[in-house]
Amino acid sequence: MERYEIRLSGSGGQGLILAGKILAEAAAIYEGLNAVQTQSYGPEARGGASKAEVVISDGEIEYPKAIELDLLLALTQESCLKYSSDLKKGGILIIDSSFVKELPKGDFRIYSAPINEIAVDKVGKAVVTNIVALGILTKISKVISEDSVKKAILARVPKGTEELNMKAFDEGFKAGEELLS
Amino acid sequence: MENDSSGQIRMMQGNQACAEGALAAGCRFFAGYPITPSSEIAEHLSVALPKLGGKFIQMEDEIAAMGAIIGASLAGMKSLTATSGPGFSLKQENIGYAGMAEVPCVVINVMRGGPSTGMPTLPAQMDVQQARWGSHGDRGVIVLVADSAQESYEQTIRAFNLAEKYMTPVILLLDEIVGHTTEKVIIPERSEYEIIDRKKPDLPPDKYLPYRETEDLIPVLATFGTGYKYNVTGLCHNETGFPTNDPAIIGAQIKRLTDKIIIHKKDIIRNRMVMLEDAEIAIFAYGSVARSARSALAKCREAGIKAGLFQPTVLWPFPEDDIREVAGRVKGFVVPEMNMGQMAREVERACRRDTPVHRLNRVDGQPITPGEIVDLIKGVV
Amino acid sequence: MFNYLEYIRESNFPHIWCAGCGDGIILKALIRAIDKLGMSRDESVMVSGIGCSSRTPGYMDINTLHTTHGRALPFATGVKLANPDLKVIVITGDGDATAIGGNHFIHAARRNIDLTVLLYNNYIYGMTGGQCSPMTPVGSKASTAQHGNLEPSFNTSGLAIAAGASFVARTDVYHVQQCEKFISKALQKKGFSLVEIMTPCPTAYGRRNKMANPVTMMEWLKDNMVPVAKYDKMTDQEREGKVSAGILCDIDKAEFTAEYDKLIKKVRTE
Repeated sequence: MERYEIRLSGSGGQGLILAGKILAEAAAIYEGLNAVQTQSYGPEARGGASKAEVVISDGEIEYPKAIELDLLLALTQESCLKYSSDLKKGGILIIDSSFVKELPKGDFRIYSAPINEIAVDKVGKAVVTNIVALGILTKISKVISEDSVKKAILARVPKGTEELNMKAFDEGFKAGEELLS
Repeated sequence: MENDSSGQIRMMQGNQACAEGALAAGCRFFAGYPITPSSEIAEHLSVALPKLGGKFIQMEDEIAAMGAIIGASLAGMKSLTATSGPGFSLKQENIGYAGMAEVPCVVINVMRGGPSTGMPTLPAQMDVQQARWGSHGDRGVIVLVADSAQESYEQTIRAFNLAEKYMTPVILLLDEIVGHTTEKVIIPERSEYEIIDRKKPDLPPDKYLPYRETEDLIPVLATFGTGYKYNVTGLCHNETGFPTNDPAIIGAQIKRLTDKIIIHKKDIIRNRMVMLEDAEIAIFAYGSVARSARSALAKCREAGIKAGLFQPTVLWPFPEDDIREVAGRVKGFVVPEMNMGQMAREVERACRRDTPVHRLNRVDGQPITPGEIVDLIKGVV
Repeated sequence: MFNYLEYIRESNFPHIWCAGCGDGIILKALIRAIDKLGMSRDESVMVSGIGCSSRTPGYMDINTLHTTHGRALPFATGVKLANPDLKVIVITGDGDATAIGGNHFIHAARRNIDLTVLLYNNYIYGMTGGQCSPMTPVGSKASTAQHGNLEPSFNTSGLAIAAGASFVARTDVYHVQQCEKFISKALQKKGFSLVEIMTPCPTAYGRRNKMANPVTMMEWLKDNMVPVAKYDKMTDQEREGKVSAGILCDIDKAEFTAEYDKLIKKVRTE
């Protein structure tokens, strides 16, 4: 696979950096690809703009940051408007429909789902919004297998939260299926 | 070995790789103070060190952390501190002390933008001259730099080896991108790397002179508590370690502090040369910018431009002779840096104005992209 | 007569201290205390900062570490934590410990790390020429307080107690037997122990404050150091110009390096 660039964006505290690490580990450890994950955040631990980037390739990854996005996840209106112009032609934009009301224009495919609502209503905890997003992203992008992402989630999340996180992933994955059908 | 994980492939941040590399090098003491973007090194070692019987301490400030690792080193432990920009400034007096008293230790500085509080979470390479000249006084320094998590691991081991071999503080520079990029690290087998421990005195205590001038100019400092009662001071001192006002002894001592690095520079300096054999234009890049440069290199070659990369993994002592050699066969150097041209000055100096040096500087906390380097090279060619 | 020569580095004499300085008295009291306790000098380290007091280790035949200004305690913390079997003695002065090193002083006491700190309090920066320190009394003159010092001074011993020290005592070089006794007690204490020792500086402090004669300064100590039990019963008016002397704090509590060893045991068996 040639270089595939993913950016996960939203605000600080939404677990995007963890989600980025999980994606990178899924690709590098469980799929045998190369992956690098970088992050960018403001000085504050909560709130503020936050993004995590994952670059996946079967070759060497020299430049570690994303330049032309294959996939953008935007959980906030601000991040959606700020970053959608970095998407490459025909790229994928996944947005949280509860927060992103103004849709950007461009030559890309938009997938809209109430990601945070799914976490709260169907899984029962807002804290797993990032994992729900991973489920949707996995289904829509098809870059990494469902199995690898699940393994990477289980290796990362705190003990005792495995079931919760698997449910979150499955709900996201299901939402992704609906978006594609 | 209790933490044997050799041969494994692991995903880790540059910062974590530094911590793991330190443990592999035999580091058993860390003192630090929280600062972005280096804190993960401390956090990781706070978990790992006690499990190996080592010690981690969060000190009251950056200055204290530097003092504590010097004390711990004299008590026989390989010691590390990690910091970033403002903290690196605060540590300088005691880094100078370690240089003067010739106490081995390692200081990792994960560079962020400055001056002052600057850009705590954004990358820069603005401390490369501070690493060289940050402490007052004159002495030789060893400064390493890493461009990836893998290299962070390996360079941390090398930093400890050089510190123990040359009895000096060694500085390892990462930038925020390297510190916070998570990627594959292949943990080397123990047989794949060397571990150097400082020399022990070979004379009995009554004949022992800690700062006796030797052929290699490197002193042999005994560990406190091993029967060698001697004095360590930041004052100019004679071979016994006691202060002196004798100009001849002072002059020789200060000169030796520079010479002990310079005479060994061939052993210390290591460069990575990529496609330089037929290159017409050479990129000089280090740290995360070297990664951008390697991407740029591929794009240049695709476009038929003969570009090559000179990537130092040791910034100080500066690889002046090697630059000079390359300068003789290329039409120009391109020096992309996340600062206002701190190392470009050195490249210019090494080229002695015979070869043009083109600068590319970014100081806005954003990485230099491969495209920017390619554009500059196209403009030059 | 007690043979001090065994304990000193004779080749480093004559010392740098002025005539009438009390620092040599402390050096001798420390040597006697070490001798009586039978301490191993191979397994002891003396750490100091910068200033007249901090030159003390250079005269002792022991492991010695002369550090940067104010930073003796962090260096000593590193030595002690790296090898808790070493006995670590810190020599510092009022400027070194309470001004530039004030933060380290508070935190070393808070950690209750097993260090024996001898703080020579001569009210002044002697080595650099008589500048005022955080211990210079209000109204006293110094080269940087020529019109009289305006700033109230620290209660250094009180600060150490409040911060968490195990043992705190104040004494002076006139009452030399008490000085030796307190040093000995401090050396035996497991935990952060401080002996604040009042010592005269006729050159930098006395000359500016009508006590140029060393004898006058000694007499001042004799007349104004008051046993703490008596001092506690005095009115504020009676306390004017007096300094309390005695053991101000002596408690047993968890010591940092011992706690660290427990932590290591715990995480290694987990």
